Amino acid sequence: MKEELLKRIVKTPDGQEIEVDPLLDYYCQEGPTVQPPAYTAIIEKLFNWARSESLWILGFGTGCGAIEMRPLMTPRFDAYRYGIQWRPTPRQSNLFVISGYLSTKTLKRVIRSYEQMQGPKYVVGLGSCTINGGMYWDSYNTIKRLDDYLPVDVYIAGCMPRPEALLAGFEELKKIIRAGKAEGANLYAKNFEWYKANQKSVIHDWDMPDYNW
Amino acid sequence: MMEALVEFNWMRIPWALLTVFIVFNYGFLMTALIQKIAARVGRRHGIPIWQNYIDLIKNYALRTSITHGVMFYLGPVFRLSGGVGLLLFVPTIYGSDMFSNFSFAGDLILALYFVFFGTLGMALGAAESGHPYSAIGITRGLSQMTAAELPFALAVFAVALQYQTLSITDIVAAQQGGVLNWTLFTNPFAVAAAMMSFLGSMMRPPFDVVLAPQEIPIGPPTEYHSSFLAMMQTNRALFPIAKIVVYMNLFFGGAASWPVLFLKVFLIYMVSAFVGVVFPRFRVEQSIRWFLIWAVPLGILAVVLV
Repeated sequence: MKEELLKRIVKTPDGQEIEVDPLLDYYCQEGPTVQPPAYTAIIEKLFNWARSESLWILGFGTGCGAIEMRPLMTPRFDAYRYGIQWRPTPRQSNLFVISGYLSTKTLKRVIRSYEQMQGPKYVVGLGSCTINGGMYWDSYNTIKRLDDYLPVDVYIAGCMPRPEALLAGFEELKKIIRAGKAEGANLYAKNFEWYKANQKSVIHDWDMPDYNW
Repeated sequence: MMEALVEFNWMRIPWALLTVFIVFNYGFLMTALIQKIAARVGRRHGIPIWQNYIDLIKNYALRTSITHGVMFYLGPVFRLSGGVGLLLFVPTIYGSDMFSNFSFAGDLILALYFVFFGTLGMALGAAESGHPYSAIGITRGLSQMTAAELPFALAVFAVALQYQTLSITDIVAAQQGGVLNWTLFTNPFAVAAAMMSFLGSMMRPPFDVVLAPQEIPIGPPTEYHSSFLAMMQTNRALFPIAKIVVYMNLFFGGAASWPVLFLKVFLIYMVSAFVGVVFPRFRVEQSIRWFLIWAVPLGILAVVLV
């Protein structure tokens, strides 16, 4: 635990002594809850269509696969045509592409970013490393199976998958969203304890609240 | 008091709302078109023309949202009221009873105020989000806006002096009767100063350091999401058009019908788009210096010559 996150007594400028517990005082301790779909089926269908046609990717490359995302913005592949855009902040994005291997150090940041995204949110695992560890299958500091830590909607296999494969994967994700089956955020809320136990089993320096609002 | 209520033409309210509706749709389609044009410069196809609508529905459809406090809520509300207010108090179509909205004798002053209003509201909201990038973005935004407002204010004074009125309708009326009667030709220095200020307020390069997507992840709206962001998107469609309508009325002869308005607004918007795709980004102190050195003297010259 970092020193600034420990419980401590602080002296205020006017001489008062107050107790500060940063994790309790500065962060919300509430866990995520399952969010029901919209009131009627037809509205939920419209919403799902809009969600599928407006995928905002969080600009966060975790491994070497991030290099395969860049060409998608270029004239050759031009993913903007398919309603796919990049967002620099987790608050506004709804698709997290885990691009390649994920070290436990990065996993911590990924969890923080994922939890700050607003639901419904989707996760795409890019490359073999997210499926079974790939070429890092016996590494001591990368995770092997992404699905144990975050609810994954689509895997794109390959080492590395080409940008075309990414586009095909996004199209697959759109079909899943339109069918109303991309409920990763709710799955995460439902099995929250299980996901947290898995995450804490690999992240040893856990110095954040259980859910990062 | 009662007489004023009786005299007030209540039909103006639905007509004004219709104006907002038309401008909103036009703004959504036109910003997408401009984005497509910018994409074509990069040899891409760019977003579909209806992408803005889908993004809007998507943002309203998000199931969760979090807040940072009251001002965080009010930020987008202020921003949107800045855009809608500006639109409601300037005459959109010259000579039309229906689309003169709520313009009155001193609306020019009110319009000047509304141009700044959204940024100020945004500053309060973004500050409460607590994100350091928001604070940096807003600081840059306010300093740049202040510098950009100077030449615009000078240009507006010049125009008001030139036509001896503070009513936008009268200013448009004075420019009728041929292209050469436009302020663009009768007072070119004022128009030049105002157009430079226009570049600075459009959030396009070289003056987009406020948002600076690669540097301070999009600045002020960093923490905004779901319906908050949707409101700001709506404003991003409305506000530039409302501002361009003011410019069009003051400097380019106004518009007597919707097609003329659409064309003129598009062309004026394209000025900033053209400059934007060609020039790289200014830092804040560079842009402030640029406004003070190049635009302000032109504005002063315009006032002096009048």
